[in-house]
Amino acid sequence: MSALLAVEGLDVRHGLLQAVREVSLDVAEGETLALVGANGAGKSTLLRAIAGAHRPAAGRIVFAGRDITRMPAHRRARAGIALVPEGRRLFPELTVEENLRVATASRRPGPWTVEEVLEAFPLLEPLRRKRAASLSGGEQQATAIGRGLMTNPRLLLLDEVSLGLAPVVVEGVYRSLATLIESGTTIILVEQDLARAMRVADRVICMLEGRVVLEGLRGQLTREQVTGAYFGLRQGATA
Amino acid sequence: MTWVAAVVHGILLGGYYALLAAGLALMFGVMRIINLAHGSLALVGAYMAFLLVEHTGWSTYLTLLPVLPGALIVGYLLQRTMLERSLRAGQLVPLLTTFGLLIVIANLLQEFFSPDVHSLDAGRIGTAAWQISSELSIPWFDVLTLGIALAVLGGLQLVLRFTQLGRELRATAADADTAELLGVNARAVYARATAIAVAVAALAGVFYGMRSGFDPSQGGAELLYAFEAVVIGGIGSLWGTLGGGIVLGVSQEIGAQINPEYFAIGGHVVFLAVLVARSASQASRIRYALRRFA
Amino acid sequence: MSETALAVPTPTGFRVQRWSWASVLFAGGLAGVVTFLALGPVLLGENSQNNLIQLYFLMIMAMMWNALAGYGGLVSVGQQGFIGLGAYAAVFFSVQQGLNPYTSMLLGTLVGAGVAIPVAAVVLWLRNGAFAIATWVVAEVFSILVSLDPNPAIGGGTGTSALLPFDLRYDPTHRLHYTYWAALGAVAVLLLLLFVLLRSRLGGSLQAIRDDEEAAASVGVRVLLGKGILFVVAGAGCAAAGTIILAWQLSVLPLGPDSIFGINWTARMIFMVLVGGIGTFEGPIIGAVLLYVLQTYVSMSGVWYFVLLGGIAIGFALLLPRGIWGTIQERFNVQLVPVGYRLRAGAGR
Repeated sequence: MSALLAVEGLDVRHGLLQAVREVSLDVAEGETLALVGANGAGKSTLLRAIAGAHRPAAGRIVFAGRDITRMPAHRRARAGIALVPEGRRLFPELTVEENLRVATASRRPGPWTVEEVLEAFPLLEPLRRKRAASLSGGEQQATAIGRGLMTNPRLLLLDEVSLGLAPVVVEGVYRSLATLIESGTTIILVEQDLARAMRVADRVICMLEGRVVLEGLRGQLTREQVTGAYFGLRQGATA
Repeated sequence: MTWVAAVVHGILLGGYYALLAAGLALMFGVMRIINLAHGSLALVGAYMAFLLVEHTGWSTYLTLLPVLPGALIVGYLLQRTMLERSLRAGQLVPLLTTFGLLIVIANLLQEFFSPDVHSLDAGRIGTAAWQISSELSIPWFDVLTLGIALAVLGGLQLVLRFTQLGRELRATAADADTAELLGVNARAVYARATAIAVAVAALAGVFYGMRSGFDPSQGGAELLYAFEAVVIGGIGSLWGTLGGGIVLGVSQEIGAQINPEYFAIGGHVVFLAVLVARSASQASRIRYALRRFA
Repeated sequence: MSETALAVPTPTGFRVQRWSWASVLFAGGLAGVVTFLALGPVLLGENSQNNLIQLYFLMIMAMMWNALAGYGGLVSVGQQGFIGLGAYAAVFFSVQQGLNPYTSMLLGTLVGAGVAIPVAAVVLWLRNGAFAIATWVVAEVFSILVSLDPNPAIGGGTGTSALLPFDLRYDPTHRLHYTYWAALGAVAVLLLLLFVLLRSRLGGSLQAIRDDEEAAASVGVRVLLGKGILFVVAGAGCAAAGTIILAWQLSVLPLGPDSIFGINWTARMIFMVLVGGIGTFEGPIIGAVLLYVLQTYVSMSGVWYFVLLGGIAIGFALLLPRGIWGTIQERFNVQLVPVGYRLRAGAGR
């Protein structure tokens, strides 16, 4: 079975800095992959490169059998890749509903509509006409994820959805994500909280200084191995 | 003319300025570009209408039917060829290229139409006026212009608020990168914004041609007035542009009331005063901040 | 290639160098050219002197516009206001007040500098496009004020002339000589002034501002002060150019296509700087020479001429944004005028 997403030897620069070095990975359809690593390890940059927000210096990205390395971001969204960016990046002066509706620009058919999103995130229902800038962190995160879903993606990229949120709120976000994960959407999520990542993901990849240093199925890796790879204390085993 | 009449005429003139400035405000709002060729493009609209009238004998209003769609196309192409590249190249480049365009248009117009003054016929509305008192008469044409301006501004607001295009425009203006990640083609959005802006400019140009004589050298002056209206009204608000246009129109008419030659300078003075007031508040804000952290 | 003895040796293996072989040679050559030009009235005919005066004021304008845009990031489309201001100030002092016309030219330049200060206070807060149009409004205000001035010496809308103060004192040949020297002198002084400014700490901070204004401000670079100085210098320089134009053509108009306050001056400035090389020291000079050659040897109707200028300016802005000299400088790593610093690898001597 060929992978939904295949990244081959990717090099991405962030200004003068080499953020991603020779990264290769595969994601199968329906899989949930967790990308973990310390700050600056290159996880966000990798996600952004997959989504098309960052042009790689070298390497290839293949999605559903097509080489999308040179494809601009908006066409990748139309092809089925959706990124929920780090820091939410909602459109501040647009309402929740308007933020969601912008995503219909991807023109993809599918189950996700404004009503479906509001059902999946009931906390947003009373907020639909509120300006995004006036929402709380948790509400913004829900809106951002909903916005990503509105593109009816085949591959959903979640970048640090727990960033800056209270634990209770994060719980709520992940509860909503659980349904999503069970529904079979392919997900790559970047998460600093190791425990949480290992609970939801099928597979874990750990990055350090731009490289993949550890990779394995959830059941196969111990927390010690991942923690070690996270901080670069030990040579990790690759599955 | 009395002072009351000056103010009334100034308000009506503000309607024209709002119409002229709307496109400039739109482009700035979406792309942060000040199109220095904006006034020139409006003038081209007037000249195109003039050409059509000369060759077909149509009424001026009828010429809008081909002129406006033509302007949409011109705006779209302008964005895709010149302005898109200018945007990518940095903050200064759009100013330089649109200035170059201003010079090219002004001189091409002069080459093909001569420096003579032309005008467009406004039909029966052009001469009708509502005689309120012996000293105040309100020309129907000015009311029509104000009405069109309100319709255009209102229409633009409706598009921005209730259509997918409007949402994409606002989203791209706020954060083009994130909009792209959701499937919005930012370049197509920009091109549509410029198309609308140039079409509205052409509309304003045709109305300009009906209200006064025009010659190739006026693109610059109209640009200045449009910009003054936008700045006085507060950059970033479409209805603010209407307010700014009215303040500008009233300032100009009051200036002309003092001395007919003070028309333009009346507006310039008020514009500069607004700038001074705003820079003064900037300065005091900086001084205040410095004092707190010194 | 061997390094010059003017390089500063350091123990780390890198050297900071200001003067290179090329720049020393260039400075020498430049001194020679300037000497030759200074002898213009003796060595060259009337026609050449007239032509060179044109080249000189074009150079001044190009240098000033480049100082604003290339070094300060300020695109001004209103410098023509200062050109006209300088010309009319010179008229005021010489025709009205009866001063020596050359003294009046100097005073006109100072008026330009003086007026630039309050104008800067009003417009420098503005960014980019707003700044550009505000400068144009200011130029229009100057032009309108002049055209409305009832003073007969100023002449109102029909323009004015400085024929009288010159004729009273000088015969045409001497007027040409003195105007030539005044123009050449102005170019030299302004070149030197810019050179000193750019080599000073101001120059370094201006470079920083141009590259990243916010970062510059965060390390304490006085952004507004730097821009203010540039604006005043540009105001003075453009006023000087205006006075030279007055001395050269003797009469000026405030309105119309050939107006001393006309937007066409900005069109020429932008052409010269974009083609020559924005942000470089040598670029505007090259641009001025090119414009001068174009204007002298290419005969076409005024209208098509400006269409050409505008079109070429657009082309350079989009396709060759660093201009001719900027591209050469980048490609061959050459710098003739030592306003920057260069890092060279290799042990010091």
